[in-house]
Amino acid sequence: MTTPVLACQDICKSYRQGVPVLNRLNIRLSGGKIVGLLGPNGCGKSTLIKMIAGLLTPDSGEIYICGELRSEESNKWISYLPERTYLTPSMKVSHLLDYFADFYEDFDREIALKMLADMNIDPNARMSTLSKGMKEKVQLVVVMARRAKLYLLDEPIAGVDPAARDYILQTIIGNYNPEAAVIITTHLIHDVEPILDEFAFLGYGGQVLLSGTADEVRATHGKSLDELFKEVFRCYASY
Amino acid sequence: MAWQFRGDTPVYRQIVSHLRAELLEGKYPADGQIPPVRQLALEAAVNPNTMQRALTELESEGLLYTRSTAGRFVTSDETVLRRARETMHKETMERLLSEALSLGITREEFITFMQHTKEEDAT
Repeated sequence: MTTPVLACQDICKSYRQGVPVLNRLNIRLSGGKIVGLLGPNGCGKSTLIKMIAGLLTPDSGEIYICGELRSEESNKWISYLPERTYLTPSMKVSHLLDYFADFYEDFDREIALKMLADMNIDPNARMSTLSKGMKEKVQLVVVMARRAKLYLLDEPIAGVDPAARDYILQTIIGNYNPEAAVIITTHLIHDVEPILDEFAFLGYGGQVLLSGTADEVRATHGKSLDELFKEVFRCYASY
Repeated sequence: MAWQFRGDTPVYRQIVSHLRAELLEGKYPADGQIPPVRQLALEAAVNPNTMQRALTELESEGLLYTRSTAGRFVTSDETVLRRARETMHKETMERLLSEALSLGITREEFITFMQHTKEEDAT
């Protein structure tokens, strides 16, 4: 059996004592897979992503990246798109590319420039002059222009226009590499569904409620992932 | 432009139907080569593994064949093509009928209606 790109074992995390966000969570992910991590607001999706990226530490449990225990060293395999922008406003887009090229050996500047051109972003523009959506596009470009083993995309398409959304999804497909795995968290399930291999519904109990392939859901439930999500996580108005 | 998919059937099945129709409509000629998996996946905006699964299905139907290293080609076998055409028509009719039934039209009414549909209306 091949080594999974990501293995999370019995991950527990709580921000407040006695209120677990994640409770003995297990996830395994092999290369060549694009996985949707889906769940209602506050169920722990970003918390899990941040722990895999190394920004948070689990209370207990282990995370393995490409068979090795997660460490500073294994960060080089991970390309992480946070839910918020963190890029320095005073930087020009082209400086940002230099910065990433210095930081990451696997950064492909040519591809980054091509993607920027595809989305009509001027590399000479300063970050502070870009709109919110354009900043998000730049951030996605620098993340996807790396030849990483594991891509963690936290809400990659939430803030951008529908045309750019299609472009971003195409980029994820076009970037497909049988060695690399991609995790996407999003609420726009309908948009990402066709590009997913597998999905995991994360529930409020801090565990995976349901997982499998999107096509299995269609075959067994006769509905799309989006429809199933609404059914599983239905909220009832109490008035 | 991404292909549109319905929620009630697996995506790979819908791709199979879509590609089958394209092949039979002559988008790719007999013994002609079809684009590689990745390109088709991009065109349809679907996961490459899903596209791969659909192509494997079309191969097992005999509509496509693989020439090692060269890629995938469309069959020129008339029997296979005829059978595929029948499958396509059958799927279309089944979908029409199930839609009609869900609208409360009976099978008999549906058949009568089809008999009275003039050819020019149907285009």
